[in-house]
Parts: sequence; C-alpha cells; structure tokens
Amino acid sequence: MSTLEIRDLHVAITADDVQKEILRGVTLTINSGETHAIMGPNGSGKSTLAYSIAGHPKYTVTSGTITLDGEDVLAMSVDERARAGLFLAMQYPVEVPGVTVSNFLRTAKTAIDGEAPKLRTWVKDVKEAMGNLRMDPVFAERGVNEGFSGGEKKRHEILQLELLKPRFAVLDETDSGLDVDALRIVSEGVNRAQEASDMGVLLITHYTRILRYIKPDFVHVFVDGVIAEEGGPELADRLEDEGYDRFLPAAV
Amino acid sequence: MSLLAEKTQRPGLAPHTDSVATFVPDQSRAERTRSYAVADFPMPTGREEDWRFTPVDRIRPLLKDEATGLCLDWSETLPAGVRLGTMSVADWQSSGAPAPADRAAAVAAAHSGGVAVLDIPNDAELTEPVRLTLTGDDGQLVHGHVLIRAGRFSKATVVVAHAGHAAYSELVTISAGDGAHLTVVSLQEWDDRSIHLGQHDVVVGRDAQVKHIAVTLGGAIVRLNTNATYAGPGGSFEAYGVYFADAGQHLEHRLFVDHAVPHCTSNVEYKGALQGDSARTVWVGDVLIRAAAEGTDTYELNRNLLLTDGARADSIPNLEIETGEIAGAGHASATGRFDDQQLFYLMARGIPEAEARRLVVRGFFAAVVSRIGVPEVIGHLMSAIDAELEASVAVAS
Repeated sequence: MSTLEIRDLHVAITADDVQKEILRGVTLTINSGETHAIMGPNGSGKSTLAYSIAGHPKYTVTSGTITLDGEDVLAMSVDERARAGLFLAMQYPVEVPGVTVSNFLRTAKTAIDGEAPKLRTWVKDVKEAMGNLRMDPVFAERGVNEGFSGGEKKRHEILQLELLKPRFAVLDETDSGLDVDALRIVSEGVNRAQEASDMGVLLITHYTRILRYIKPDFVHVFVDGVIAEEGGPELADRLEDEGYDRFLPAAV
Repeated sequence: MSLLAEKTQRPGLAPHTDSVATFVPDQSRAERTRSYAVADFPMPTGREEDWRFTPVDRIRPLLKDEATGLCLDWSETLPAGVRLGTMSVADWQSSGAPAPADRAAAVAAAHSGGVAVLDIPNDAELTEPVRLTLTGDDGQLVHGHVLIRAGRFSKATVVVAHAGHAAYSELVTISAGDGAHLTVVSLQEWDDRSIHLGQHDVVVGRDAQVKHIAVTLGGAIVRLNTNATYAGPGGSFEAYGVYFADAGQHLEHRLFVDHAVPHCTSNVEYKGALQGDSARTVWVGDVLIRAAAEGTDTYELNRNLLLTDGARADSIPNLEIETGEIAGAGHASATGRFDDQQLFYLMARGIPEAEARRLVVRGFFAAVVSRIGVPEVIGHLMSAIDAELEASVAVAS
C-alpha cells in the first residue's frame, strides 16, 4: 500500500513580480485504492493543488510538504515525480505537433518502467485500451493532441492513465466539457485503472455529475485555498442540492 | 521621370533626405537584374534589399571579380546511364539557362573555368540516388558551376553533399525535361568556418515535377538563393528546407518562384531551429504570379523555433499576384520560442528533459522531413538534428 501525504501546503504564483498566495495550508492524505473528490468553486485553488503535485514551474511551494511513501516529492523534478508513480490528467492537455501518439506513449512507458515494453504485448495493450475508450485506431498516428476535440483530449489523458499505471492519479476537471456519453466512457476508464492497480485517485471537479460514475470515498470542499469542509460521499449529495453558496461570502 | 520623383510629389509625403532616398526599390520582384556580366552587379554595400540581412563584409572575397583556379574535391556515385561531363561557360550561356541574379553568382559563373554537367538520360528511371560529394580543404576560395539535366520522362534523385572547409560560391542550374520527376537535395554540412553562397535555378519542364531540398546544418555563413521557373504548363515545384543554426552561424535561404506559365503549382516549406547566442537565420520567400499564369496554385510556409535566447530569425514571405484567375495562393510564417508547456506535458509523463526536448524538436521538423521522401537523407538528417540538440544540452548542463 502507498500513501500520498500533503501537509500544510502553501503555494503561490508570481505575476508581474507580485507573489500571490493561492493555497493557504492544505492537508490531505490519500491511500492506495481510495478516491478523494476535491470540489469547490472557480478560483478556490483546486487546479493549483493539481499542478503543485505534478511540479509545474509556475507554482511555488512556499511551505509545507508533499511526500509519497515518505519520499519528498517536492525535491523531485517533474519527470521524477511521474516515474515515482504520480500522474496528472490535465484539464487542458497540450498539443505537441509532429510527435505521434504511439511514439509518445511508447516513450513515456519506457521512461516510467525503465525499459522498453515488449513490442507484441504493448501493441495489443494500446489497441485494447484505445478500443475501451472508443478511440479510433487512427489516433495512434496523429500528433499528440493535435487537432483533437476537447473530448478526444480527455480520452487520450485516460488512455495514458490506463497504460502508464501510476500509483496515484490526479484528475484535473477531467469531466469539464464532456457530454454524457464521453463522461461515462472516461469514468469507466478511471474505474478500470483503479481496479487493475489499486491506484489512489484525487478527483478534482467543479460539478457533482462525474461522481455518479466515479464513487468517492471522501469529499473535500475547497474554498479560497483551504479545505472548508470534509466528509463522505453524502457531502457531494448535499453540494448537488445546495451548490457552493453557503461557503461563499454573502452576495452584496 | 523617375519613380522616385513621382513618389516625392505625392501630397503629404515629404521627400527623404537621407542616403536611402537615392535608392529606388524594385516595384516588382521581376525587375531584379539578371546578367552574365559581373559589371552589371555593383559591389553590394549591405543596404540593398537582397543583401540587407547578409554579413556582406565577411563574404567580400567571394564577390571579387577574380579567378582562383581552385576546385573542391569531387567524389561521385553515378548509377548506370548517368554521365558527368563538362561544358564551356559560353555554351552554357547560349543554352538559355537562367543568368546570375546577384554579384556572387555572376562571379562564380565568370570564374568557374567551366560547367560540370550531370546528365540523366531521357526515360531513365533511377532506383538509386546520384551522389555527389564536394569537399573543401584549407578554406580555399572556389567558384563552382554545375548543371543538372534530367531528360524527359526520367525519374531521378540527386544528392549533393557539401563538407569540409571552403569559401564556395556556386551557380547551379537544375533543368527538368518534360514529364521528368527530379529530386535534388543540397546538403550543407560544412565545418563551422566555411562560407557558401549559392544560386540554384530550377527550370521545370512541361508536366515535370521537381523537388528541391535544402538541408543546412554546417557553415559560418550559408546563403542559398533558389529560383524556380516553368518551361511549360502542368509543372510542379516543391521546395523543402531544414536548417539548424548554432551560435555564430548565419544561415540564409531565399526563394523566388516565378509563375509565368499557366496551370503550374508550387509549394515551399522551410523549417528552422536556432540555438545559442547570435545564431541567425533568414528566410525570404518570394512568389510572383504573372498575368499569364492562370490556374496557378501556390503556397509557402516558414516556421522557426527559437530554442534559446540570443538567437534571431527573420522570415519574410512576399506574394505578388497579377491575375485573379488562380487556383490558390497563400503563405504563412511564424517564429516562436520553445514551448515550455510542451516540455511540462512530456515530462509529466516521466520523459526526462533532454529526451522531451528532442521529441518536441523532432516533432517540429517531422512534417517537412516526411515530405523529403529520400530515406537516406531523412535518417541522416534526424540523427544530425539529435546531435545538434545533444551538443546544446551538454552546453546547458
């Protein structure tokens, strides 16, 4: 069993030479096999948490710790974090023109495993995973995210999740912009990956809709860079009914 | 009345008082001088439109109207039927080949001592490329003059590789007969002290298809002017270029596609990467569609990728259209910095930084490289790009 531990995390971004604190002390523990939903209004710091875990250079951790089974994640480079077993499914996946999906997946798999995958099983695995996500095989020969629709990009993120088999996956608003069919297909992919490898999931979402397909064990409500409330799945139901209004300053 | 006088009489337009006022820009790309006589091209100052990006002071020896009598070392692989011979400059002139378009080319033609002629016979279908390797030694000053003639309905690929240390100025005529399919690859892999000035004139025969490929990786200064004209309708000209400039290199590619014949197509695609302080590239793509060239379809594209600070890429597409009866005409140019978001994305999948950079740069070149279509050149080029990147990573770390 693995544990991803976030302790009193403070994160800032610098814009126009002014440092602005976005996360103001976040503490969270995720174990293998658990699904934690992070919910909250826009601008509450949900995506900042996701990118800070992955190590995006735009975000500066000013204090606090992130550890993976006791190892200091903050001391690792972006690629080292991925190789240690962390995965970030991005809200806005980046286009890398001219690099084919198949080349990208094989290169990433080789980097994560430390050795090239066996060709025959790898081709079969990729094909099967793409089939499960209803991705046309021609995607394998297209450039990474190049000209992909929003839904195709999200499927491609989950394809990577299924093939790279991380220990912990952070899903940053994977549900945004998906229609109901795509949402179901993508959710099934996450559930398959979790069943296959007992992965821990940090599911970041603005809406409760995805929680019909991916059942959270814990729900954390982010407001203004801190966790304002925590609970079980029942908290999500309450948010579904009430929205975030009670967490926000009363409208003037 | 001169054009300049006309200009200064326009209301509200004060006459220039600086020295530039004495310089009358061409009103059309077609007006530039073409001549066999060196004297028709004054010594450039660096202010002229076609010289303004070039470090003129450093190429003076190649602009001097003087023979050196020196040659590059030639080695060749000639498939059966292909002949390599010579022709006098006078015979070449009377053949109607396009004349020099700048002083460097005029000097090269005047002092080459003769034209090397590569003949691909009519109807020949070569299964192996013709390979010419031209090597310089000791920085020798060399004037070269080459004619590549592909007979009608022939199919051939010619790979001309340049290496070693030289100051080389050349005039190359590439003539494709009716219905010929000709690919010419010019590889610039000089050592980093070399200077190479070239004018490549491509004459596309009726229904012929010519691909001109410039791969420029080595040399202190490389300036290649590639010009295309059509001898009959139905011709297709494709020009692909890949260049990679390191610190101190000046790599310049100028293209001029002159559509004067109906129903011809042209497609120009050049991509370049730059890294290191004072790495410099210039790309100028001129396309002229004359009134007679109805049904023309043309596109040109240039993309530059700045891998580090301190590098500079100039990119200038020019499209001049004298008829509305065309199938299509367009151009695109973009110069961008290396995208750190791409790097983050790849690294977030476990790929180490050096490998991620290599993937992005290889991806940047992938489309144009795949269009080259000559496997041995592609393989060679990709490993050369990897080597350039490895050198940069070694410097950075």
